[in-house]
Amino acid sequence: MSAQPSSPTRRRLLMAAPLVVAGGVGVGFWRMLSGMTKGSFDPHDIHAPALNRPVPDFALPDQAPGTGFSAADLRGLKAPVLVNYFASWCIPCVAEMPVLNALKDRLPIWGIAYKDKPEHALGFVQRAGNPYARIAADHDGLAAIDWGVSGVPETFLIGPGGIIRWHTASPITEAMITNTIMPLADSLKP
Amino acid sequence: MKTHPLRRGGLIALLACLFFAPLVALAVDDPSEMLPDPAQEQRAEAIGAQLRCLVCQNESIEDSSADLARDLRHVVREHVAKGESNQQIMDWMVNRYGNFIRLKPPFTIGTLLLWVMPLLALCIGIGIAWWTFRRPRAPTPPPLSDEERRRLSDLTETR
Repeated sequence: MSAQPSSPTRRRLLMAAPLVVAGGVGVGFWRMLSGMTKGSFDPHDIHAPALNRPVPDFALPDQAPGTGFSAADLRGLKAPVLVNYFASWCIPCVAEMPVLNALKDRLPIWGIAYKDKPEHALGFVQRAGNPYARIAADHDGLAAIDWGVSGVPETFLIGPGGIIRWHTASPITEAMITNTIMPLADSLKP
Repeated sequence: MKTHPLRRGGLIALLACLFFAPLVALAVDDPSEMLPDPAQEQRAEAIGAQLRCLVCQNESIEDSSADLARDLRHVVREHVAKGESNQQIMDWMVNRYGNFIRLKPPFTIGTLLLWVMPLLALCIGIGIAWWTFRRPRAPTPPPLSDEERRRLSDLTETR
């Protein structure tokens, strides 16, 4: 094979190709990172197909110090509520409690204790300063499967009529509340 | 050559691990969660092998020992015992967890690139090969001029 003298344009193009690829990858990562800080992109979030669908059929018993609730309770709502799956054994749940406590006066939060012993869940809620208007217990975790929950904490914004309007599989942050949850909740208020 | 005793111990340990690994993998399953009907149990296992454990994310629910995987195995077995078809059970799961729960993603617009990638890679390879071999060889150099011929004979002349 002989070394063919390639034209300067082609050589420049070949030299630019890796730069273009690196630049493209860089832009992609930058967009992911900025989405993460703004809350529009969450790599931990498993896409729940439940969005814009009614809540699943369920009826869960009381978890002290709150009262349990069912799908009918959520479907009868006129204003949005946040449904938060938690457990006393879950560290990220501990981390999001102050955020939920700061939110509870602006948006009602209903909790579901996931696979927890009643006394443990009670202790957890008392220690954290109860942010929940109602608390139900999902002892066997089967209602959670109907919700499409894959772990705790997991949170759903329920609009009027019991329609799931938003979902996250990661702990609630201040940024999520400001950028996503409250604007959406305000738009859903009658 | 003498084998170092430590190395031999390591080899034995490795062989033991390899030998007992399948037993350990099976030990994860609690026999009480199996269905009494072997045919149904086999079906449930086949369905479970297609479902992703959403906690570990890279294992099927049949392989995982996560709590959620155990619950999902239980749910699959309930549905199998009720006499639902594989498709019905798969749809039930996808309805709740989305296509992410399927270890084998369906062919959709979103997974188009994933599925056609092998074909695409082959086509690109063939394209590059074709483009490389198609290029004309270097043109045959013009015959030597008289001057060059003379210089060559000067250079190669044996003394």
